[in-house]
Amino acid sequence: MLKRTEYLTRVYGKPEGWSLPTYEHEMSGYEVARRVLTTMTREQVVDEAKKANIRGRGGAGFPMGVKWSFMPKTVGTKPHYLVVNADEGEPGTHKDRTLMELNPHACVEGCIIACYGIGAHVAYIYVRDELHLSKARLEKAIAEARAKGYLGKTPFGKEWPVEVYVHSGAGAYICGEEMAMLNSLEGRRGEPRMKPPFPANAGAFGCPTTVNNLETIAAVPTAFGMGCEEFSKLSCLHHMNDGGVRLYGVNGHVKKPCVVELAVGPTLNELIQDIGGGVQGDRGVLCVIPGGSSTPVLCPSETVHAPDPKSPMHAWDGKSVFDIPLGVDTIRGVASMLGTCCVTVIAEGTDPVWCMHNLMQFYRHESCGQCTPCREGSAWLERVCQKILDGKASMAELGGLHDIANGIMGNTICAFGEGTAMPALAFLQKFRGAFEAYVRGERRRADAKLTAVPWS
Amino acid sequence: MPFALSPDRERKLEEILQRYPTKMAATLPLLHLCQEQEGYVSEDAVGFVSQRLDLSPAHVKGVVTFYTLYNQHPVGKHQVWVCRTLPCALRGAYDLIDHCEKRLGIHCGETTADGKVTLRTAECLASCGTAPMMQVDKDYHENLTRDRVDQILKKLVG
Repeated sequence: MLKRTEYLTRVYGKPEGWSLPTYEHEMSGYEVARRVLTTMTREQVVDEAKKANIRGRGGAGFPMGVKWSFMPKTVGTKPHYLVVNADEGEPGTHKDRTLMELNPHACVEGCIIACYGIGAHVAYIYVRDELHLSKARLEKAIAEARAKGYLGKTPFGKEWPVEVYVHSGAGAYICGEEMAMLNSLEGRRGEPRMKPPFPANAGAFGCPTTVNNLETIAAVPTAFGMGCEEFSKLSCLHHMNDGGVRLYGVNGHVKKPCVVELAVGPTLNELIQDIGGGVQGDRGVLCVIPGGSSTPVLCPSETVHAPDPKSPMHAWDGKSVFDIPLGVDTIRGVASMLGTCCVTVIAEGTDPVWCMHNLMQFYRHESCGQCTPCREGSAWLERVCQKILDGKASMAELGGLHDIANGIMGNTICAFGEGTAMPALAFLQKFRGAFEAYVRGERRRADAKLTAVPWS
Repeated sequence: MPFALSPDRERKLEEILQRYPTKMAATLPLLHLCQEQEGYVSEDAVGFVSQRLDLSPAHVKGVVTFYTLYNQHPVGKHQVWVCRTLPCALRGAYDLIDHCEKRLGIHCGETTADGKVTLRTAECLASCGTAPMMQVDKDYHENLTRDRVDQILKKLVG
């Protein structure tokens, strides 16, 4: 049975758990930030952060400490900025919201430590506009921290001014992409910019900037509080530089959808059974989307193929992909992505073609339109899927879906293109039979189901 | 009549401008203030924002049309957004949408004749663990059942 941890989530469910008194009573109460700012140098903070092996929680899994180290060592004429990504909007992802609503002080304290480490005096937390409760809780936490003197000109008596501001989006999934987020923060259309230059060289307002996911930042006080190496060792994938604890979500066709905190490395089966309470209607699992809709689906019949003893995946050679620890590199090793660690479970009996069409509608709607392959490609994928569902597509058109998806991959400014094409290709490859059945007229939309139990 | 912010929103704008190194960065927050006041972002409001922040009207209009949440036309008094994306759909979002359409007597994208409710579908609202769900103005309503939806909609339409 999986054991839940309570490093980030200790105040969840406590009365007024989001208030400063609770944060002081139950968690570090800004003592970690005080110690870091008053006893450590900037370099020491970045070196220590690297030991935590916190892999970016936003989906790409880039090591946080390494990202911090890309910032210029001394602050020149241009100020440095921290931008915190709380534009949570990837279908299947519902973890950052819980932190903002239930433990906003961890986010603010993390911002103070991160700002000091990267040489910034201002942090912007970019929250999607729809999350009004999250924004209100963050604003309240910021006001409480400022009243105590933890933010402002001399936090904890240190001559290192830190201000944290909440910046509201306006409804655009693409603004979760870091370069689009910077454009949006600057008051522009949320269109991704070309890299390089990378944010550490020219980010917000043309200045050196670090963009971190909100959960990444919220984990910082805990990591520094217990010692970053100790924090990393909580994970069963510490040896693969994937450390600490993180939030895992389970949603879709499980009996008890939820967000829980676990040491890095539970398996999909453990998440579905121990955390999610099993599949609705006690059905089998058709497939799982491991970490947000952009991550390719995994089926229970898939196994790890790593006969080479030198392969990092060799330890799990021959095992089901549902029985390997969920880490950034392990899931990459089975040709999917860990993404945001929020697992969407799809039960047997669900129509995979309809699932793909639903997702393609999302991508078509959210493509920013800047790059032709993505703008046109996402619309074509959606239209052809619709045609297949309507029983009007030919085999040639079904085959054409592969070409469209492959035409998007690698031909766009940002990773949205891959985020559309990869899940599309995975559905096409793993459920080819279902797609063909539609084309041959053996399957009909009228018989297709998305729910495992009827909504009532 | 030319657009002007109410005095309290004007004060809020002054505070917002302090947060950023450029005036342009206040575009999104200021547009939110305009919409809060009028219910949508009018052509006059676009002109106001461009003057107030020293931007071209084309830039401001470009921003307004890019983001889903800025209304370019007047909408109902209450905004109902029902999430339709996969994790919600797996737990009955399509039935929920049908139910809302029937109860309100309108299709998604439309406003009730009395101008009280605008019903729209939303792309993922980060509520996948409590699906199906809908947003009414600033509030999330999660783990929805038929009865609960009826109660919520009844309150809106009276």
